[in-house]
Amino acid sequence: MNDKLTDKDLFEGFRDPKVVGYLKEEIDKEAAKLDKPLRLMEVCGGHTHTIMKYGLNQIMPKNITFIHGPGCPVCVMPKERIDHAYILSMQPDVILVTLGDMIKVPGSNGSLQDARSKGADVRFVYSPMDTLGIAADNPKKKIIFFAIGFETTTPMTAALIKQVENLKIKNIFFHINHITVPEPMRALLADPACQIDGFIGPSHVSVITGSKIYEPFPAEYGKPVVVAGFEPVDVMQSVLMLVKQVNEGRCAVETEYTRSVTREGNTTAQNMIDHYLRKRSHFRWRGIGDIPESALELRPEFEHLDAEKIYADILPTESIDDHKLCICGDILKGLAKPNDCKVFGTACKPSSPLGSCMVSSEGACSAYYKYGNLL
Amino acid sequence: MNQTIQLADGNGGEENNKLINAIFFEAYGNDILRKNEDAAVIEEGTLAFTTDSFTISPIFFSGGDIGKISICGTCNDLAMMGAKPTYLTCAVMIEEGFAMDDLKRITASIKTELAKNGAQIVSGDTKIVPKGSVDKIFINTSGVGKIAHKGISSNNISENDVIIVSGDIGRHGAAIFANREGIDISTTLQSDCASLWPVVEKLLSGGITPTAMRDATRGGVAAVLNEWSKQSKICIEIDEVTVPICDEVKGICELLGFEAYNLANEGTFVLAVKKDQAEQALHILRAHELGQNATIIGEVTQRYTERVVLRSEYGTSRFLDLPTGELLPRIC
Repeated sequence: MNDKLTDKDLFEGFRDPKVVGYLKEEIDKEAAKLDKPLRLMEVCGGHTHTIMKYGLNQIMPKNITFIHGPGCPVCVMPKERIDHAYILSMQPDVILVTLGDMIKVPGSNGSLQDARSKGADVRFVYSPMDTLGIAADNPKKKIIFFAIGFETTTPMTAALIKQVENLKIKNIFFHINHITVPEPMRALLADPACQIDGFIGPSHVSVITGSKIYEPFPAEYGKPVVVAGFEPVDVMQSVLMLVKQVNEGRCAVETEYTRSVTREGNTTAQNMIDHYLRKRSHFRWRGIGDIPESALELRPEFEHLDAEKIYADILPTESIDDHKLCICGDILKGLAKPNDCKVFGTACKPSSPLGSCMVSSEGACSAYYKYGNLL
Repeated sequence: MNQTIQLADGNGGEENNKLINAIFFEAYGNDILRKNEDAAVIEEGTLAFTTDSFTISPIFFSGGDIGKISICGTCNDLAMMGAKPTYLTCAVMIEEGFAMDDLKRITASIKTELAKNGAQIVSGDTKIVPKGSVDKIFINTSGVGKIAHKGISSNNISENDVIIVSGDIGRHGAAIFANREGIDISTTLQSDCASLWPVVEKLLSGGITPTAMRDATRGGVAAVLNEWSKQSKICIEIDEVTVPICDEVKGICELLGFEAYNLANEGTFVLAVKKDQAEQALHILRAHELGQNATIIGEVTQRYTERVVLRSEYGTSRFLDLPTGELLPRIC
């Protein structure tokens, strides 16, 4: 490495095989002291992706296993809301704008790429702010921003709402599907069959929220949390921190991802979100079910921007269940692995997903399918 | 299959293969077409024949333009069968209102690239269509080439072969993404777009008898290796650390959530070469400007037949699959 730190060092340094090898040795030493197996849930799909892509599950000692959590915003979106996106996109005067991950997700009538091939105007943007340009170029169209994601992407939506309000833009509307991390974690722990001994906390979500949102988990449930970065060294280091907590009889929130995460988080972003959005009374999670206060909606004073309200008469509200052979719920609780599922890789594939975990590349089933299970 | 054609059906990966098999092969497949090679081998193995259409956006990009790529693409498909490109056809579909100066730039590129291959365009066609019927300009080229070395086929790779890439991978795909509207990445990265016959000629005249060669265009190195593993019923095992990827491509992949293996190349090719010729092949490749980063990246085994395995520096391994869907950035 040169003396001068470059952008590349930010990821290559965190993938250094020597460091990963050293951490593996340390984990092995600590794991030998455990008196029972340790099951750690990586909440976020980004971590599932890292674990499977780099095969970190293959170098864990036998008594440490990963449980793949519900942190993939596309995966947990219930089918009826995917249908909303499809139906809105098929309205003749509408341009539906959303983020790329939504493109393949199948609803009852098809996916957004089906809608697009049938003539719908669907745009996939890299930044929600690109919606402003689309609206300016198409003054006679209604632009609906279909907002998805956890706390990571919520500030970008809030920033777009702020622009729409400040600039008095009349043709941008919002369909809000933002969800939050702590509530599904609580929902999983509330199930008596739940097998989780500790959590690897999300990286980017925590940059916004701060690590303080995890404080109830050690305090109320006796489950340690380590907020981890997304690189292989981050994940290995976090596993080591969790095993050490258990061996030392501690139970706390710790942050491994100290280069970006503070206890308080990004308060500017938090305040902006709070100004435009509030908690929904409940939200149905695909594979888990109804969870109170686990998602956001526009505040009543901004309901003139709310596509869910404006188009209420054409948007179905009845819930649609996953295929009855699908075991995504059990996978999310740590009771089963993707390859325990009867339809995994046969009837259920990334190109034709039956259940939530196969839907997006960050879902556990999709990651198993893509990278294989070469243990 | 879907009721309507989707963009993902043309991705060079899984959906694309399904479409080709279910619709085109089903309707008019024959022994030559079903060999699925870069170019058809005809006239008792003496001629190679191929066609390709070009619809790139943007039409001018760093490292090339639609004219250059429409000659490189077809000539490279011939070169990959060990054939020297000789005669080409060129058909253009142009949108009403297209700038004459742009057309001149494109034809000048075509001329330059033809010279590098020692080939000529001997027949052509022009269609002008109303605004909106095509996106600026579409070009189709077909070509024949004289086969200089017979028997190159992606159906014959065995455990006696090693896998070589001629250079660092993913530059074309990454450069096009960076140049695209909506992604404001400022980079000096250039497409690897180049004619490969000159370097292939050096290999063949240097006594190398490649088992298979393929330019890793749409679908990238991942598509080539997966197709080879299926066609030759082998397992290809790649050592990740050996795969050359330049810093700019790594950076763009990091930003957009891509894997360089899935990104298109237009001047980088993959070779399966007998073990005892591998060092000599590397020596010849590295002496040429297009092959300076040539590297052995893997071997052929029977561990998981018809699959590609990536071995990491951590001692772990995973499958490398065919790319699926449209290439889109991840959201978080």
